[in-house]
Amino acid sequence: MKKIKSLEMVNISKSFQGIFANKNLNLQIKSGEILGLLGENGAGKTTLMNILYGLYQPDSGEIKINNKKIEINSPVASIEHGIGMVHQHFMLIQNHSVIENIALGYKDTPFFFPKIKIKEKILEFSKKFNFPIELSKKVWQLSAGEQQRIEIIKALLNGADLLILDEPTSVLTPQEAKELFVILNDMKKQGHMIIFISHKLNEIMELCDRVVVLRKGEIIGSTETQKTDKKSLAKMMIGREVIFNIKKEKIEKGETVLNVDNINVVDDKGLLALKNISFNIHENEILGIAGVAGNGQKELAEAITGIRKITTGSVTIKGKDITNISPRKIFDQGVSHVPEERIKFGIAPGLFLYDNAILKQHHLDKYSKNSFLQYDKIKTHTKNLIKKFNVSAPSINTEIRNLSGGNIQKLILGREISEEPSLMVASHPTYGLDVGATQYLREQLLKIRKLGGAILLFSEDLDEIFELCDRIAILFEGKFTGILDADDKRLADIGLMMAGSLNYV
Amino acid sequence: MFKIKVSDRENITKTRSFMTNTFSLCAGLVAIGFIFLSCKVNPFFAISAIFADSFGTIYGIKETITKAIPLILIGTGLTFAFRAKFWNIGAEGQLLMGALFGTWIALTFGEFFPGYIIVPMMFIAGFIGGSLCGIIPAILKIKYSINEVISTLMLNYICAEFITMLIVGPWKGSQRFGFPGTNDLPASAVLNLIPGSRIHYATLIVTILFAAILCIIVYKTKFGYEVRVVGENPDAGKYAGINFFRTTVLVMMISGGAAGLAGVGEVAGIHHYLGYPASISSGYGFTAIIVAWLAKLNPLYTIISGIFFAGILVGGDAIQISLGLPAATVQIINGTLLVFLIMGDFFLKNRIRIQRIQ
Repeated sequence: MKKIKSLEMVNISKSFQGIFANKNLNLQIKSGEILGLLGENGAGKTTLMNILYGLYQPDSGEIKINNKKIEINSPVASIEHGIGMVHQHFMLIQNHSVIENIALGYKDTPFFFPKIKIKEKILEFSKKFNFPIELSKKVWQLSAGEQQRIEIIKALLNGADLLILDEPTSVLTPQEAKELFVILNDMKKQGHMIIFISHKLNEIMELCDRVVVLRKGEIIGSTETQKTDKKSLAKMMIGREVIFNIKKEKIEKGETVLNVDNINVVDDKGLLALKNISFNIHENEILGIAGVAGNGQKELAEAITGIRKITTGSVTIKGKDITNISPRKIFDQGVSHVPEERIKFGIAPGLFLYDNAILKQHHLDKYSKNSFLQYDKIKTHTKNLIKKFNVSAPSINTEIRNLSGGNIQKLILGREISEEPSLMVASHPTYGLDVGATQYLREQLLKIRKLGGAILLFSEDLDEIFELCDRIAILFEGKFTGILDADDKRLADIGLMMAGSLNYV
Repeated sequence: MFKIKVSDRENITKTRSFMTNTFSLCAGLVAIGFIFLSCKVNPFFAISAIFADSFGTIYGIKETITKAIPLILIGTGLTFAFRAKFWNIGAEGQLLMGALFGTWIALTFGEFFPGYIIVPMMFIAGFIGGSLCGIIPAILKIKYSINEVISTLMLNYICAEFITMLIVGPWKGSQRFGFPGTNDLPASAVLNLIPGSRIHYATLIVTILFAAILCIIVYKTKFGYEVRVVGENPDAGKYAGINFFRTTVLVMMISGGAAGLAGVGEVAGIHHYLGYPASISSGYGFTAIIVAWLAKLNPLYTIISGIFFAGILVGGDAIQISLGLPAATVQIINGTLLVFLIMGDFFLKNRIRIQRIQ
């Protein structure tokens, strides 16, 4: 007996600090249906599902189950209504066995001897959906795919008729993903409904009955997968036709600055994040890396700047090998780096503004003499920096944690640009900046280019990529699906390349 | 219904920081008052007696300064380790190792050299002894990710038992008439005192110099800058290419070395022989943690906080005798004050608001 025959979300809105994450969203799903939720990062997919799972409360709008309005004010309430969620990052206790993990989250677990009673129930479930599971193994011994299955069982045991999967394939190998799809299709046949969040077009087309495309918190389109194709979905997701609009002056590119040769890099989870990547950048050139977040951009930036270890392959700067040497030595070769997580990597929050203005540069001769720091020079430099880059701060003697995010960002950018790098690695440099600052920053990047610098630009803002870059590489699942000149007509299909459905390499 | 909302406090002024600390100390004293009450002692009388005995008489002040020497010296070293977010709980063991190395120099070479050679040698050896004891947990942490709180804490016991083994065994002196302990240090190795007191001024000078030098290292040098960055945000340290191994080992050399210097001072200035570990140091290595904390990790401020806590040690000892309180009184006072200081830190860094929700 299914508790949910249909579910409806009506006019859901949710804003964070005045910015809409969801704006008047409507969503329906009925028994035996797999609904895809497609959109770029930050489109509002996860916010919407967190509302449904009771982690957030919507500002307005209502949720209806079987045409009856209900209140979901916590995950417990949501589970009682028959909704289950498998998060992108698993909520499992690594040192406990599978059965202990399942017993922990199960509502009818007895206080004494919990394992005995629950064991039969689990075996019954794994038989019903046809997936084997070893109950006595510890979670840390399991692969990501197996851990995900435990999460699914946990949800099903608690009576979930609606299962929300948040980017379930991002941690899986292709083989594991296929197995997951078989399980999900089985569940569908038995009348479960599934909401499948993804930004991968292939998966959506393969698995889902219907797809809803979100962009910037709004629903852009909702269609049955059979009536659409990847191309139009990609267009909806990216949000426009690609328009070629290059205003930057033409400059002949110079000699090779950065040469990346066949590198393999693993991510924090130990999975291969970059697979045999090769490219180069020349003087007077900006190479843009486009792609949906999480396809290896972070790892690429970290590998080049020395923060992350390169497993195989080599990186050279102007012919000098910098593979796996320390970030400071790489900096000394003229590589500056605007990190993606600026607050996490770029500053020491409790130190003063002027201390932060020389991070990674404090060992340079101009700031230190005989192992003493020269604070008068550092302070003058800081004052110039905040004037030039419009950092609004009460004084340079304040702790940098007191500055707003945008101002911290301007300081970091100023710090990295002021060294006149021969290669600048910039991850999302204008993310979160206001219009004026964005414009100023883009001009600065073009200035570096004009002065003979090479820039590796990571951005999710395609306008920025097209406005600035000489060449554009599209990264998908750790491989390039294209490295094209910015005026190449094939870039009209950039959405498909970002989604991995088209490959020009 | 009410909801308590905790958010980061954005602008922490020096005045606010000072007032929070003062208020925490006062609140701690109030709590200690209740403990006195439970022992049927008038809290106002007991607390005023503590400060009257330590700061109110000439003898009290002399004793306070004597006890402040090791506290300040260890405390300055600890500020440095804590600033690098290395939780060194092992100063007690590092002090003992310093005492051991110093004693060895004195007993071995003391008869052959005059004081102006032997005393500096003892201090250098003591520094090395403390550093060696400090480097071990640093290496364990960086190379094998072993939690330094546990390794430093456990090393305390190893050092203490090692000394006990020496003084009942191979180092047992003939002058002790069968009791555990080494022979007295030769006269050249004994530190001179300020007449009429137990203040060994050589260590006092070392202490003040050490605090001042450390202050310069922390705030003016490249190395100090790297330590501050690593302590504030290890990820930023990684991004800036700072060598964690080198930084941590150096920090612990200095931190452990400071405690080692204090150990030499205690043996050569006060006891004049190496006896039971508990008699060499009455928990200075632990009290110094509070000293460092109260000083807001500024090496120079430890001079003030060190004198404050030395006063509590002296006054606490005095009221134990005069009011018949148990020996644990001083530790209870210190512990309570530390808890209140840490709580105060929470209220300093966070803004607490109580909201009514409908």
